[in-house]
Amino acid sequence: MLTKRIIPCLDIKNGRTVKGVNFVDLRDAGDPVELADIYSKAGADELVFLDISATEERRKTLANLVLKVAEKVNIPFTVGGGISSVEDVDILLKNGADKVSVNSSAVKNPQLINELAGKFGSQCITVAIDAKQIDGEWKVHLVGGKVPTELNLFDWAKEVEERGAGEILFTSMDNDGTKDGFANEALARLSTELNIPIIASGGAGNIKHFVDTFKEGKSDAALAASVFHFKEIEIEDLKKELKKNDIPVRL
Amino acid sequence: MKIIIINYGAGNIQSIKFAIQRLGYEAILSDDPEEIKAADKVIFPGVGEASSAMQKLRASGLEKLIPELKQPVLGICLGMQLMCNYTEEGDTKGLGIFDTDVIRFQKDVKVPQIGWNQITSLKSSLFNDISENEYIYLVHSYYAPVTETTIAESTYGITYSTALQKDNFYGTQFHPEKSSTVGEKILENFLKL
Repeated sequence: MLTKRIIPCLDIKNGRTVKGVNFVDLRDAGDPVELADIYSKAGADELVFLDISATEERRKTLANLVLKVAEKVNIPFTVGGGISSVEDVDILLKNGADKVSVNSSAVKNPQLINELAGKFGSQCITVAIDAKQIDGEWKVHLVGGKVPTELNLFDWAKEVEERGAGEILFTSMDNDGTKDGFANEALARLSTELNIPIIASGGAGNIKHFVDTFKEGKSDAALAASVFHFKEIEIEDLKKELKKNDIPVRL
Repeated sequence: MKIIIINYGAGNIQSIKFAIQRLGYEAILSDDPEEIKAADKVIFPGVGEASSAMQKLRASGLEKLIPELKQPVLGICLGMQLMCNYTEEGDTKGLGIFDTDVIRFQKDVKVPQIGWNQITSLKSSLFNDISENEYIYLVHSYYAPVTETTIAESTYGITYSTALQKDNFYGTQFHPEKSSTVGEKILENFLKL
């Protein structure tokens, strides 16, 4: 049976993890490779690296990091952040990334999704969508939720599926950072209306939130950062509890 | 031991090379027919779209070479699918090693299937010391139905082949190089054949 995926997300700046992490057994808390290795051994199903660097060296640094992660880690990982061309994706996949995620660049140039899916296959193209509710309507936002667009979340999600996205990583800006749970109503609607996997992101605070997003939100995977980085939730405990709730997981 | 990963421009081969390296072996990327023929083990990767991958194989002459190889050959993901007779993806004729067609998942499941599923009905020395129901990582939209050459099965809507074998030819729909310690053990079993 296909299991639900648990995905820790690592923010990367200039080749280093950004947010503080609370791992006593970590020699270098800023080393993404070491952190990735620990997560894979702890039972993470997949990893996401989100690059937030803004330097000119960005592309090269990220490509080098991907190579180092691929050398060490034996579970799949996705790389996102600032990816805007076929060339960007080509080097990341060649260096060992399993999937890439595109966000703002897809909104600015939707044809990019068709090009990437055509060249590399839908299976490695994740489209990340950030959205929040404005007057009751879910609107897609750019630049980490700072810039609103006119796009409706559900319309845009359907469009990216039609253009060849292999899965959607949906972050609710209303829930992100609140630790109050995922945006399950919107997630369930996405999951029902679309026929590609949906990754839930934004709002994880406790184990019950994960149970809820798989049951009520019909999510295929759940992504979180701080609850894992600060050891508020151990992946093994989380998966045991999911299993108790009849949610299929890899244990 | 000389291990060749066939290099025909198919996506993520770096990960396979690294996985073999973690097992203490060294793999070489090559598209040279003589070098491939002389290898002890051949890995046939494949990520991307079937018809364009097949076009590359034809252009490089590998289409004829691969079915004639005598040493153990392991096709991974699209590599396995291309070793079948035909795939619906891009209406593509395959290498005809495994006597089966490859078809698209129906609409009753999400496509692609992405994630960790279980393998059962294990039948080959490829799965030595691997228990039934172990988890492996898959990402695919097309599948090979269960036939005589099936050596592992998984269920996603229907029950289908997650591994195939005929003589010296092996194929896995899953990615052993991305399937944690279970995948590494399967890869090691192949290298020890």
